[in-house]
Amino acid sequence: MTAAGEPLLRVQGLQVHFPIKRGVFVDRTVGHVRAVDGVDLAVDRGTTYGLVGESGCGKSTLGRAVLRLVEPTAGQVLFDGTDVASLRGEALRSMRRRMQMVFQDPLGSLDPRQDVESLLSEPLRAHGLGGGKAGIAARIRELLDAVGLPSAALRRYPHEFSGGQRQRIGIARAVALEPDLLIADEPVSALDVSVQAQVVNLLEELQQRLGLTYLVIAHDLAVVRHISDVVGVMYLGSLVEQAPADDLYDAPLHPYTRALMSAVPVPDPVVEERRERILLAGDLPSPANPPSGCRFHTRCPWRQETRCDDEVPVLRELAGGSSRPPHLVSCHWAEQIRDGLLTPRSAEEVAATQGVSVRPRGADDAGGDSLVQGLDEPTEVF
Amino acid sequence: MSIEALPPAAPDRSAVPVLEVEELTVTFTRRGERPTRAVDGVSFSVAAGETIGLVGESGCGKSVTSLAVMGLLPRRGVQVGGSVRFNGAELIGAPDRTLRELRGADMAMVFQDPLSSLNPTVPIGTQVTEVLVEHRDMSGKRAVAEAADLLDRVGIPDPTRRLKEYPHQLSGGMRQRALIAMALACSPRLLIADEPTTALDVTIQAQILELLRELVVDTGTALVMITHDLGVVAGLCDRVHVMYAGKVIETADRHELFARPRQPYTGGLLASVPRLDAGRGTPLTPIRGSARDAIPWAEGCAFAPRCDNAQDDCLTEVAGSTVPLEYDGPGRELRCRHPLTYPRQTPAGAPSSGSTDSGSTSSGSTASGAGR
Amino acid sequence: MTALGDVRRRRIDELAARAGQVPEGEGGVSLTRSAVRRLRRDPVAIAGAVIVVVFLLVAALAPLLAPRDPVTQYLLSEIRPGSIPGPREGFPLGVDNLGRDLLSRLVYGSRQSLLIGFVSTVLGVVVGMALGVLAGGLGGWVDTVVMRFVDILLSIPGLLMAITVSVLLGQNQYALMIAIAVVQVPVFARLLRGSMLAQRGSDYALAARALGVRRGRIVFGHVLPNSLSPVIVQATLSLATAIIEAAALSFLGLGDPDISRPEWGAMLASAQDFLSIRPALAIWPAVCIIVVALGFTLLGERLREALDPKFRR
Repeated sequence: MTAAGEPLLRVQGLQVHFPIKRGVFVDRTVGHVRAVDGVDLAVDRGTTYGLVGESGCGKSTLGRAVLRLVEPTAGQVLFDGTDVASLRGEALRSMRRRMQMVFQDPLGSLDPRQDVESLLSEPLRAHGLGGGKAGIAARIRELLDAVGLPSAALRRYPHEFSGGQRQRIGIARAVALEPDLLIADEPVSALDVSVQAQVVNLLEELQQRLGLTYLVIAHDLAVVRHISDVVGVMYLGSLVEQAPADDLYDAPLHPYTRALMSAVPVPDPVVEERRERILLAGDLPSPANPPSGCRFHTRCPWRQETRCDDEVPVLRELAGGSSRPPHLVSCHWAEQIRDGLLTPRSAEEVAATQGVSVRPRGADDAGGDSLVQGLDEPTEVF
Repeated sequence: MSIEALPPAAPDRSAVPVLEVEELTVTFTRRGERPTRAVDGVSFSVAAGETIGLVGESGCGKSVTSLAVMGLLPRRGVQVGGSVRFNGAELIGAPDRTLRELRGADMAMVFQDPLSSLNPTVPIGTQVTEVLVEHRDMSGKRAVAEAADLLDRVGIPDPTRRLKEYPHQLSGGMRQRALIAMALACSPRLLIADEPTTALDVTIQAQILELLRELVVDTGTALVMITHDLGVVAGLCDRVHVMYAGKVIETADRHELFARPRQPYTGGLLASVPRLDAGRGTPLTPIRGSARDAIPWAEGCAFAPRCDNAQDDCLTEVAGSTVPLEYDGPGRELRCRHPLTYPRQTPAGAPSSGSTDSGSTSSGSTASGAGR
Repeated sequence: MTALGDVRRRRIDELAARAGQVPEGEGGVSLTRSAVRRLRRDPVAIAGAVIVVVFLLVAALAPLLAPRDPVTQYLLSEIRPGSIPGPREGFPLGVDNLGRDLLSRLVYGSRQSLLIGFVSTVLGVVVGMALGVLAGGLGGWVDTVVMRFVDILLSIPGLLMAITVSVLLGQNQYALMIAIAVVQVPVFARLLRGSMLAQRGSDYALAARALGVRRGRIVFGHVLPNSLSPVIVQATLSLATAIIEAAALSFLGLGDPDISRPEWGAMLASAQDFLSIRPALAIWPAVCIIVVALGFTLLGERLREALDPKFRR
């Protein structure tokens, strides 16, 4: 173990670009989808980092790149001081023991032909852990107990469980190897509302008991706020804002974060009637051809004539910021927006000034849209 | 934005409802399996300019209800009972032709997955104009102009160009808009939206919800919103019907429902969703188990196994009877023998209902005892 | 409270305790087992299976079932140009142009037809799967090379290829089997590769990789078993095609030259000269081919449904 001050996971300048290939006989690369385009973040031991963003923003790709399930194009992933991106073969495989993943679709991530016993023993056997047959059997029972499933579940197959129970199995499998870091990619979004809370509570309980560090990737800001210590907001492959959860929700600085938060419905009619709504114009632009300057400028209600269109903003801490970890934002005008010096325009106005460019730009070339849609499910798997 | 020439929202909401559903039942029969009742005596009504919400988790029967209302369930293997009246005319058992004419013209539906509800091989424009030619007897040219107008109305930029595009060329939000444009083509008096924003991102969801909100206000369309998302309901619906295992278990006005949920299921749902405006660490109180644990209504309250308030009289004493949906204050209906009380108490059961129930318990138990 | 009240009280407690637990009753039904269960309840699948089993039994018990020897010539005196004896006492379906009992020949013919069907399909599946696993499991340039080769095979019309192969290998029953198998190979290779690629992209394969499971184990332990369903279905359907193709090759004179082994296709071929005199000589073998093929097709189609993930519940 290294010094306690050092974060468990540090991502530096991470880029993941997927080539767009075309051609009849030989595939030519005609461009790149910049799924993740230069992300820096750090996750401290025992804490939860929540990564939010809409589909196509690259958050899932980022999570997979950290685990080397997709190959990073550039940048470093330092896990406990080791650069994961440089590991090969057996070294990578044994590093995987310490970083695990919980998937969105609990049914899809469990092999339908394996019963629970085989599902849970597989990671142990793969790493030669558990201490023989009896040891593995005992460990499996312990795992089932930890996630609140009866041992009667052992002989059953994934399709025989409810969604919440399947996700419990997925979690049990992920913690079987006693990892340090757990990446949870939309862990509850496929579950029924009444079941989501069970899984959220289970994740929190396991974190406390096992001292886990979480990277939670989700589109649901309410879930992320509930579970995270630090939240990062992603838009088109980069972080636009990062802050301690309560700071972010109390005082969002980036226009995108503000719009995102105003769009999340709150189950309370009184709140719903009072709150300010910031409607965004249009859709997410294609990550194959992201807008110049600030990537959000095509939809931003606060867009200014200068800087926004041509100058790429960097993630910075505002003057006078005091929170630890710092509240970072990548907006040229964050101070002015915070202090109410700039007035936002309506979605119609933004759409009008941007003309037709509010449409996804990639849609001009066939398949552009499907690229945006499919970003979170990269096909390059092996 | 031009608004269709329709009479403005009916000022008197208590006038004849656009849609009245009474005791709707839908039973699926599959060979070699026991028939399953997906919808079990559901009643609700919507007036012009009103939005009602059917809320529940997957499998509670909310989508089947909407399909039954639209007459879109297959004939084979499905039995639909009860009454669905549209403008006073009965739809259950009505000939296919009548239903077809109503659908698209007077009642329309928007589905969860916009991609699979659009024909992938036909441009958006053709699909919209088709509806106009079919139901509004428009000529081709006029229909195209009107279609462009509709796309503009639902907020699709550059509509004339969009008309020539195929569904896969549009983003998810645009597809849903196109679908709504098709639904609006004939200024329907009733729009059923089945999880219209579930597949969309929150910022796009906000756009679509705003569109629906405007639509109801501007044209007086009656809107039935089917969703699992309590947040969507809180922002959109006037009245809410909470469904569980095929039955409505609680009905109330939006404000009432969220301020004082009475059914423990409704209360449980509200306590189990993390709220954006609640701080980190605010504990979530999940409902135990899952919808799979429901017992048949004939045995008692289907929610009883998951309910913290459950008492012995939540199970039925007379075979075939069940916990009834009863008056529960002005504008409220409730199917529960031990509802949540305010100010919140420990689950004990209201004394009044307890006494009447125990009376029926003894007589009922002898009856069922004799029957066995 | 009455005693019944107590009973209900206990029942409520029991229900509450069970909420969120694994449902009672027998569990642990694997996908294969539940598919078999569904098949057993499916009348169409049962019909297909019955047809197949009946023909298999006939083939197995041919010496017991056939009333006469299939090669011995009878009633030679009654056969003359323009007249072949029809059904009569001792010859339920009559005799063929050489005086051999038609029923006995049909019974024995089932052996040869089914044997060719099975052997060639198994051969096709094994080789095709090997290629498919190679392509789908390794990927990269291996995949490209194997698939281009398969594409070339696929671009040659099946029957033409079978004819070529059987001409090259000479006229015997093994050549026939190989010829038919060669036609099947690219189909199975393609099918398995496509299926494996889809499964390889699935979340559970990714999950296994994230767990640090070795690549070989992922391919052979997870991806391959989950990719087999379409292959099994196709193999069943291919049995039908193989039997028809065997018949077609025999019909074209490329079949087994050994006249001591009657075969439906060859019977059909030799019957064509006598169509106007005794059409039954052609009709019976044709009916046998059609019915067997139908049996396998019904079974295969229903197997597809039973194994379809959409029907998994």
